[in-house]
Order: sequence, then C-alpha cells, then structure tokens
Amino acid sequence: MLSAEEIHEIEAEAQHYPTREAVLIDALRIVQSHRGWVSDDALRDLAEFLHMTEADLDGVASFYNLIYRKPVGRHVIHLCDSISCWIEGYAGVRRALAARLGVDFGETTKDGRFTFLPIVCLGCCDRAPAMLVDGELHVHLTPDNIAGALEKYA
Amino acid sequence: MTDTPLTKNMHADGSPVDLAEYEASGGYQAIRKVLGGIEPKQVTGMVKDAVLRGRGGAGFPTGTKWSFVPLGPEVPNPTYLVCNADEMEPGTFKDRLLMERDPHQLIEGMMLASYAIEADVAFIFLRNEYRLCAERLARALSDACAKQYLGKKIFGSDYSLEMHLHVSAGRYMCGEESGLLNALEGKRANPRLKPPYPTTAGLFGKPTVVNNVETLACVPHIVNRGAEWFRGLSRTRDGGTKLFGVSGKVKRPGLWEAPMGTLVREILEDYAGGMRDGVKFRGLLPGGASTDFIVESDLDLPMDFGGLAKAGSRMGTGTMIILDDGTCPVGMVRNLMQFFSRESCGWCTPCWSGLQWAERLLGAMEEGAGEPGDIEKLSELAWMWAPGHTYCALAPGAAEPLESALKHFRDDFERHIREKRCPYS
Repeated sequence: MLSAEEIHEIEAEAQHYPTREAVLIDALRIVQSHRGWVSDDALRDLAEFLHMTEADLDGVASFYNLIYRKPVGRHVIHLCDSISCWIEGYAGVRRALAARLGVDFGETTKDGRFTFLPIVCLGCCDRAPAMLVDGELHVHLTPDNIAGALEKYA
Repeated sequence: MTDTPLTKNMHADGSPVDLAEYEASGGYQAIRKVLGGIEPKQVTGMVKDAVLRGRGGAGFPTGTKWSFVPLGPEVPNPTYLVCNADEMEPGTFKDRLLMERDPHQLIEGMMLASYAIEADVAFIFLRNEYRLCAERLARALSDACAKQYLGKKIFGSDYSLEMHLHVSAGRYMCGEESGLLNALEGKRANPRLKPPYPTTAGLFGKPTVVNNVETLACVPHIVNRGAEWFRGLSRTRDGGTKLFGVSGKVKRPGLWEAPMGTLVREILEDYAGGMRDGVKFRGLLPGGASTDFIVESDLDLPMDFGGLAKAGSRMGTGTMIILDDGTCPVGMVRNLMQFFSRESCGWCTPCWSGLQWAERLLGAMEEGAGEPGDIEKLSELAWMWAPGHTYCALAPGAAEPLESALKHFRDDFERHIREKRCPYS
C-alpha cells in the first residue's frame, strides 16, 4: 500500500499533467524518497495506483540512473567518472574511496552505511574531481581529503 | 568594459538574486512591456532580428523555431514551452550558474517565450543532480506565483500561463529534445522519429517548443534593449554574449560571459590563464563531449556557431575540455565512449552496439591488448554513427571526438598497439 503521504505528494505532481501515466517518474522519485529504493512491492503498489502494469513501470524505473531497484545503504555516494573529473584525477580518488569503503562501484558497505556508485558529469567541471553524497556536492577531491568529506554521514 | 547582461546581477558570494532585487534591476519589465500591447509575432520577430541561436549546442535560430508554432484561436490547447535544463553534456556547467544565481531571469525569459508561441503551460525539465537549482527555482516560482506574475491574467492582461518544475530521474538521453518529451510524459527517454517536429506535435501531441536555459535567459534582455543592441554584443554574425567555460589542466578553470565570437585562444589564455606549469596544450573539445577535437593551429578561430567549421568542429555548448600532454588521448576518448555507451538508450543498434564495441576496442588498447586493424574498426564504427543512421544525435555526437582524435592523435593510437601498453601510464 502507498502511504497517505506518498499519495498526497504524487497527486500534487499529477495535477500538472493531462494523463495519469505522465506522473510516473515523479511517483517513482517520491516513493524512493520515502522508502530509500523501489522494491518489487513498491512497484506493485504504484502500478495498482496508476492503473498500469508492473512491466511498464519496471521498464521506466530501470531506465533512469537515479531510481534504485536494489536496496541502497543509508548514504549514497555518486562519484563523477566523466571526462573533466577523469583528467583531474578521478582514478586515484576512486581507488582511495574503494579502499576506504572496502567496496567498489555497485556495492554497499557491510555495515549498510554507504552505497558506492558512478555518475555521469555533475556539471562542476571547473572544480573537478567531484562527487555527490546524498545529493550534496563535494568538489576538488583528492585521495587525502575524501575521509574528511565522508565523516559527517553517520 | 564589455556588457555582460546574463551575469551582471549575480552575487560574487554565490547567493541568488531574489525577486525584489531582480525587479529593482529592471526585472519583469520586459514581460510587462510585451503584455502591454506587443503581439506574440512581434516578440518572435525581435528574437529573429537579434540572431539569437540555441545555446544547447545545436545553434538553431530561436526565433525561427518559435515561428513554426501554429498561433491563433483555432489551435487546439494547450501549447507547451519546455525549458531544457537537463545539463548533462560532459564538460558542461553553464546552465547551472544561470539557475543557481539568477532564477528569475530564466523565469522571465520563459514567460516571454511562452507568450510568443501562445503557450498555456511551461515546464522546466531539470536534471536531478542539480539540487541547489531545484531549491532556488522552486522558491523563485513560488515568489513569482505569490505576486501573480504567473497564473491567470498576468499583469492584468488576457494572457495566462502555468509554470512547473519537473525534476528528472537522470539519463543523458533526456537532454535530447524528443527524448525529453517522452520523459516528461512519464516514459523511457527514447528519441522520437522526426518529423513531425515538436513545434507541430510535441509534448502530449501538442505544439511544443524546447529551448535551452541560456537561450531563454537572453530573451528579457533582447526585449528590453532591442535586437540591434543584442547583435552588437557579439563580434560576429551570431547575436549576443555567450557563457564560455574551461576545464582540464589550465591555471584557472572556470566560466565567463564574453562576446560571441571571442577567440578560442583568448578564452584559453586570457580567461583560463593558460596551461598549468609542467603541462603543455595538445588539443581541446570546444563545447562538450560531442564536439570534434581542435589543436594548436586552430586556436585563433572565433567561438560562434560557424567559426570552428574551418577546423572541422563546432562550438557546441561553449564549455571547453582541455587535453594536455600528460593525459592520454586514447584514454580520454575511451572515457568519452564509456559515457556514450552507458547513456545510450538502446533504441538504435548502431548506437548501443557500436558504442559498446568502440569502448571495448579502446579499453583493450589502453590495457596493452590492442591489435593491428583496431584503428580501422574504430573508423568504421564512427561511420556507422553518422547522422541518419540513428534516430537522434547521441551517436553522431560520439563520432565527433572519436573521428577527430583518430585524425589528430593517430600516432598515439598506433603507439598503443605497437608497444602493447599505454605510453602515458
């Protein structure tokens, strides 16, 4: 079942569109913001609510980079692996992060604290290398300053 | 002192220009003026006369695009305006600045564009990762609505406009005009077959104009100060100023507003301070990942929509990515192909299959497993991505850095194969 809050937020977005299906991407984002990820159960609830098939929903959900169809940790790290960050030392930052976390891209730390993912260009190429942690931007990364950047995420 | 209309009100501390301050500096006067008795077609005429060309990378004349939209009472409602704020072209970071620092400038630009095409509803299609833009745009929209600058009968006129912020769930393909429209309809962002073009049948099948953030931000200034003034900002035939950016190993990576037609060398040396100590310039992508490399001998060409054609390239988004002599050109192209391959929507075979293949060939080369004949295979793949072989411009865009790298840095590719290693590692 979708929660009353989820339904309220989805309905608010749905008003902007002439068709019911059009709210799907907003709805996936909203459900994920409440539950951390989009589980099969969540997908089924949403399909029922929007009068669409689960297959249709999954086709859309799995297309978008920032909809998670697998559980994620309490915090999600998105490290930019696009060109300007690559030129400015992305590889060293990735190695240092992987060593510190004990996991590589696509994995979650054993304590469930962090999920580590790559992301396309974050649009802060003049401050490369960069990453997002829970949507918050960290720039001018070096292998030495990442530990400090992660500290606040308990 | 060069006139910099797009950035002149921005605060050095990074805080946004709020509604009161925007109005104090002449904001929302252009829309008032237009609603006071200028016809939609006249607004389009001004933008045509200003020679405003699309800042998303393709450079299509904005006024011409608007003129394709059917006007008048017989046109079935609604008509849509969509602002493409899905800035995801690698190396591009210009629209972020406009939205974070001066959100009302964009909103007023969208109001004027909407009026010109008689749009009833406008959307800002924003990439998910731009959280600060989302916060500031939402605040600006809510402030504008509270003063009834948006909604029914704006400024006492008969014109009504709704404006909404749509936050995407993330995919490069959403930046492609027709893919964006599919995403806004709640679907996968696959491209659509054109024609029909969105101006005839776009969002939900209705006439739709999709314009880039920077393009729309120019419009209030054109209306306020006139087409001739706007043309005069430029050093060339394309009107206005342009946001130029530089990333890579230069002394001062950054973003600046400068006259359209500023020389590549001026941006690289005067604005970005030239190369950092210890590295030398080898080449650059003039405007994002989907543009052709240019080299030292091309640096005195002007950055405008036609100026780089002599070098076989184009301005694209105007945000340059610099290749230095300590960075491997093969590795750089491999990184770009990884990006395109991962972001391909999977709709057209030359794109999804060919990009994976190119990525593998380049990966092998970097890891010392390149084979004779790989360079020819890469050239064939790039040919497969030519315009017309796929629905959209993603694959043709990927071909630009690959083909030009094969031309300018062929020795590097050959050396990787011959020496069975990356000479830069």
